[in-house]
Amino acid sequence: MIDAFLTPFAFQFFRYGVVVATLAGALCGLVGVYVVLKGMSYIGHGLSHAIFGGFAVAALMGGSYFVVAGLWGFGSALIINQVTRRRVIGSDAAIGVVTTASFAFGLALFALFGSRGSGSFDAALFGSILGVRASDVWGMVVVTVFAALVVFFRYRALLFSTFDPEVADVSGVRTARVDALLMLVLAASILVSMRVVGVTLIAATLVIPATVARMLTNSFGRMLVLATGIGAACGFVGMNLSYHLDVQSGTTIVLVGALLFTLVFAFTGPRALRRTATLDAH
Amino acid sequence: MTFAAAEGLVRLRRVTCALGKQQVLVDIDLEVMAGQFTGVVGPSGSGKTTLLRTLMGTVRPIAGRVERRPGLRVGYVPQVGTVNWSFPVTVRECLLMARTRGRLLPWASAAEKSEIAAVLERLHMDGLEERHIRELSGGQQQRMFIARALLGQPQLLLLDEPTSGVDVKTRHEVLHLLADLNADGLAIMLTTHDLNGIAAHLPHLVCLNRQVLGTGPPVEVLTPDVLELTYGARLEVLEHAGMPVVVDRYPADDVVPMRRGAP
Repeated sequence: MIDAFLTPFAFQFFRYGVVVATLAGALCGLVGVYVVLKGMSYIGHGLSHAIFGGFAVAALMGGSYFVVAGLWGFGSALIINQVTRRRVIGSDAAIGVVTTASFAFGLALFALFGSRGSGSFDAALFGSILGVRASDVWGMVVVTVFAALVVFFRYRALLFSTFDPEVADVSGVRTARVDALLMLVLAASILVSMRVVGVTLIAATLVIPATVARMLTNSFGRMLVLATGIGAACGFVGMNLSYHLDVQSGTTIVLVGALLFTLVFAFTGPRALRRTATLDAH
Repeated sequence: MTFAAAEGLVRLRRVTCALGKQQVLVDIDLEVMAGQFTGVVGPSGSGKTTLLRTLMGTVRPIAGRVERRPGLRVGYVPQVGTVNWSFPVTVRECLLMARTRGRLLPWASAAEKSEIAAVLERLHMDGLEERHIRELSGGQQQRMFIARALLGQPQLLLLDEPTSGVDVKTRHEVLHLLADLNADGLAIMLTTHDLNGIAAHLPHLVCLNRQVLGTGPPVEVLTPDVLELTYGARLEVLEHAGMPVVVDRYPADDVVPMRRGAP
């Protein structure tokens, strides 16, 4: 049993995959707390689709995935942030247009020119255990450290502008800057997690750990710690299951999270679930 | 923008504010003085909340000038109905939001802990630091947001309908607390729909319906003529223990007689 568990760790690609999946789970769990509490789940979902356009361009040009898709993602994040703040049209509609157009653009590029360079169509959509390289590990480590530093040193400003943006503004918190910073962290998190989790499933890795954590605690600080730990556990277990079951890594990571949600719900009951009912009711 | 008057905190000069294309406040002249306790009354949609936001600086006028005393600290207590009570935050975490500027570390310093303890004790909320905000009573919830505002050491405290949807006992608690704070020198401005339970007890009132239609003590402002201008309906004003009592009396033709034994 233990031998079967340890066998894949002999392969370098698997060790990379486990490290990246665990860190991706922790990172998405941490950032997902803000995504869920600010009612940005749809933005997270849309942003992953927008970054797919950049992923396709990087695959076609043979350029660096992090550079091309990163610039694409940050640009999309800032556009979405501006659209949601201005409220000229419904933000969900605007996000839908911007992000699905970018996703469709990526699909068209893959259809017209096929996959070249490092980009794999299936890996981008559903995640792949095979596509993880040393550069992905380093990219993940850098973004995770960056996100952790932002959350640590901007903890109070992020909490205030998430809970009560108007009063935060009056109290001297530059909420526009805080929101832009959060969008950049979100875009970077999606960018580095996409290869393991996949475009179509990344929203679940943002939402599930935060939702499970909310069912377990009433404290914001504890929710951050719990969501990070739950996300990391889902990433680690999901990646191992991906190898043993020969199923895409994004799929197994999300299914582990869904199973955990079911177990926590069974033990804590509907009362805990009601805590999450109006999480984004601002 | 400068402010010269020694006793003045904020002055609005011919201020007009709009939400979209609709003018919500028109040509407002108003001054908030140090130590003043003012109530703003008016019907729904009369611009009460926009007036508070203009004083705070989160709404910018499309015409006129807002003059603030340099370095003015303003505390704001939101309507409890607008608060997301499912948000995972304890009383301590909520109060710490008031100290966002000036400290980068997430946890409370020893000085902050003692300040939080002192303000909670003053507001009779000691021992509730670790409670989730939903687990507080209506009065405690209101007092928690007042405590958060006080931790910012404001010179002017703005409250948006602080007694909306609370019972009589809680209303009395909140009003007495605000009176105590005002006695300590804090300038307070609140909005309210409650003419008899709140407005009539305050030292100074502003009647608002997009324009300022009356200012002064309740006995001077709560008159049938000013109330008709403000609310667009004729209201009677009686006197009880030296205070005005507004009576909503329907015209005889509009009253549907209630018959004994009717289903």
